[in-house]
Amino acid sequence: MNLRFVEGIKADVTADVVYMMCPMHLLKLEETLKGLDRGQILEIMTDYDGALDDIPGWCLRTGNEFLGVEESEDYYKFFVRKKGR
Amino acid sequence: MGTRYFDHMATNPMRPEVLEAMMPFFKESYGNPMSLYKLGQSARQAIEEARLKVADLVNARPQEVIFTASGAEANNFAIRGLANAYVKKGRHIVVSRMDHHSVLNPARVLEKKGFAVTYLPVDPAGMVDPGVLEKAMTDETSLVSIIHASPEVGTIEPIAELAGIAKRKGALFHTDAVASAGYLPIDVDALGVDALSLSAHEFYGPKGAGALYLRSGTRIMPLIYGGIQENGRRAGTENVPAIVGMGAAAGLTRLELAQRAEKLSELRDRLIGGALAKIKNIHLTGHPALRLPGHASFCVEFIEGESMLLMLQAKGIYAASGSACSSKALKASPVLLAMGMSAELAHGSIVFSLGMDNTVEDIDYALGEFPAVVGRLREISPYAGGWGAPKEADSCIPKN
Repeated sequence: MNLRFVEGIKADVTADVVYMMCPMHLLKLEETLKGLDRGQILEIMTDYDGALDDIPGWCLRTGNEFLGVEESEDYYKFFVRKKGR
Repeated sequence: MGTRYFDHMATNPMRPEVLEAMMPFFKESYGNPMSLYKLGQSARQAIEEARLKVADLVNARPQEVIFTASGAEANNFAIRGLANAYVKKGRHIVVSRMDHHSVLNPARVLEKKGFAVTYLPVDPAGMVDPGVLEKAMTDETSLVSIIHASPEVGTIEPIAELAGIAKRKGALFHTDAVASAGYLPIDVDALGVDALSLSAHEFYGPKGAGALYLRSGTRIMPLIYGGIQENGRRAGTENVPAIVGMGAAAGLTRLELAQRAEKLSELRDRLIGGALAKIKNIHLTGHPALRLPGHASFCVEFIEGESMLLMLQAKGIYAASGSACSSKALKASPVLLAMGMSAELAHGSIVFSLGMDNTVEDIDYALGEFPAVVGRLREISPYAGGWGAPKEADSCIPKN
């Protein structure tokens, strides 16, 4: 999986699913991305370890761009750019 | 002899309209709301309509309502879920001595896990002093939980002021509104709370349905892990009929609230005035003015609450003595003790909580029987001449 760690990416929209159960990270990702313009960046926060596989995999399947993941002490921030420019 | 039910803080009869709304979801509309086909989606739609009505009752947004199986679950969820989610802010939480066991016991569990818990004292009327909360707050305080109104003594706490103190210190504020939601207008924004617990059967809905209001953007750690019901925060296939019933009851409550409060306040005042006039050595418990409509609670000297309840029951009157749990365990109510009452006096606790099924005739009947029951019990009470020196129990003034 093309997992890469990043720092300092500025997102247009943030979705917080920390402590919400799997697969809320994927459902929220899909739902929130629908409301974004093409090229905008979504930051999704989750404490779910499985997201490390799921979110890059989902991006690969859907054609959205996975920009990377930033790890904080107790959750991850995933950055996804909506497909199309 | 009919029965007069004066225990509406314990539970309420369900309204016929509520049962009617629930019935299809026991029978033909039995689908699982997570299923994608029509049968499931009609159940999903019913749940979302109920969520909207419950949100409207407390001026919240529907996505801020998480359904639970009871008010107790909502309280547990709030205390454990918020304290654990915000542990980085600190390991100190504040509750009050007026709070229900479903707040106090999870707080004790957290205490065993290393959290510091402050149990706020109250005055003789059962009020939390905002100044005392202010002093209890530390930089480590992550959560404050104080009951909105007491089911035992009816006292309404100054929640907006208390929540403001918590907010200024960067702590979350939860209130248990289980006893108040059917009687007082509730606006989560005006109160300034982050979380608030509700129970359907306290406002003529079914048992088995409760809710936690949780302000948008607030994290909470689940109590029950599994599927993604309730936005991934509370697993388990939804109790669709009960949730629909809760929504129907919330809708009725919102429409009728002012009328209920007016009627119940009048009945309450008639009962309190009559009891205090007709019975010697009886004390109103709780705040004399800032109390729930329909709530009349007393401590009767020299006799025990349980004996009063049994003799009143023989006359067709159903009332309560302290909390249901304390009553069953024959323990003096911790709430009354926290208000500074002696254990002897606290054992003489009796609570009449009125509802929309009660009439002026019911109150007058109770005012005929209650003094007679007290009189008969005092005739056989070993304490009839008083508690005995050196104890004095002629008032509810606390022993500090």
